[in-house]
Amino acid sequence: MEAVRKWIQTILALLANGSWSFPFTRTIYQGPLKVVCSPGLNCYSCPASTTYCPIGTLQQLMAGIRVAIENGQHFYGLYVIGTMGVLGGIFGRLICGWACPFGLIQELLHKIPSRKFSIPRKLNYIKYFFLLFFVILLPLFVVDDFGYGEAWFCKYVCPAGTLEAGLPMLMLQPELRQTVGILFFNKLTILIFFIIWSVLASRPFCRTLCPLGAFYSLFKGLKLIKLRHVEENCTQCKACHAVCPMGVKFNESPEDTECISCLKCMDKACKFDAISLEIAGIPVGQRSRPRIPVASK
Amino acid sequence: MAKKKKEKTRSIRTAPFVTILIFLVMGMIGITTGEVGRVLEQAVQVCLSCIGIG
Repeated sequence: MEAVRKWIQTILALLANGSWSFPFTRTIYQGPLKVVCSPGLNCYSCPASTTYCPIGTLQQLMAGIRVAIENGQHFYGLYVIGTMGVLGGIFGRLICGWACPFGLIQELLHKIPSRKFSIPRKLNYIKYFFLLFFVILLPLFVVDDFGYGEAWFCKYVCPAGTLEAGLPMLMLQPELRQTVGILFFNKLTILIFFIIWSVLASRPFCRTLCPLGAFYSLFKGLKLIKLRHVEENCTQCKACHAVCPMGVKFNESPEDTECISCLKCMDKACKFDAISLEIAGIPVGQRSRPRIPVASK
Repeated sequence: MAKKKKEKTRSIRTAPFVTILIFLVMGMIGITTGEVGRVLEQAVQVCLSCIGIG
């Protein structure tokens, strides 16, 4: 199952970044596919990106909402929020585990041999602050003389943007190097920090900072596809704790907001069929290995 | 048999469908107001300040 997930992550990352003409055009893809929402965090200023980033676009719409209304345009971000909500309603944070290119990068970095550390659970709440303030409120309310706001998260924080767009664009367009300033070095520092942290801890950006992950986690009880805890089969052996890349203790909190439905707990850890996958309440799958007889509990 | 079927039907969660429907309607409203064009307009431009350059 883990191999299947890696393949799906790779294929979806390539689909979201499917324009490979950028070495010749030296700019980003500008075709009609850019109206398609990237399910995961994927900067739309990445030269290969064929989709729009929901977080980046939402900030831009919030930042320009006053000017749009003044011009008689009712752009409140409903298309973007609607798309994100449909994805969240179907998959929730399963997207983080299966369809996010930046999540895949962090997973690959974590494979580098080193001493591994856990992430304090309290840090998980920081991402909600960034979703509320840096994605919605600050772009909406902190505006210049012309009524335009800024994309605060993209501009000051997003390490995915620096990696997927900032660095490649500097390579493709050398004239941009003259404009590099403190803003870029600030974002580069954040990127390096998260690269190092990803080697030492599992998915630190997803767990502490990602506003898209924060949005999808709001659907924890509402999403169509999710993992189910079968209490009558659970022996409380805590094997699911050890394999979870997000630090979820599944047997204690099966509805945890951090669960990315990577299925490691179901497929790798639980030997008693205490974890199953369900769609709208109907069990659809259990682990692929044979079950250990009940007598061995 | 009928009882079993009834139990299965009862266990279907409706909340996800309601959630998806609400957001689908929101998205449709966004499409009718022409927001898709605005999204495309933004997505085809390189946002230099957003990626830390300029």
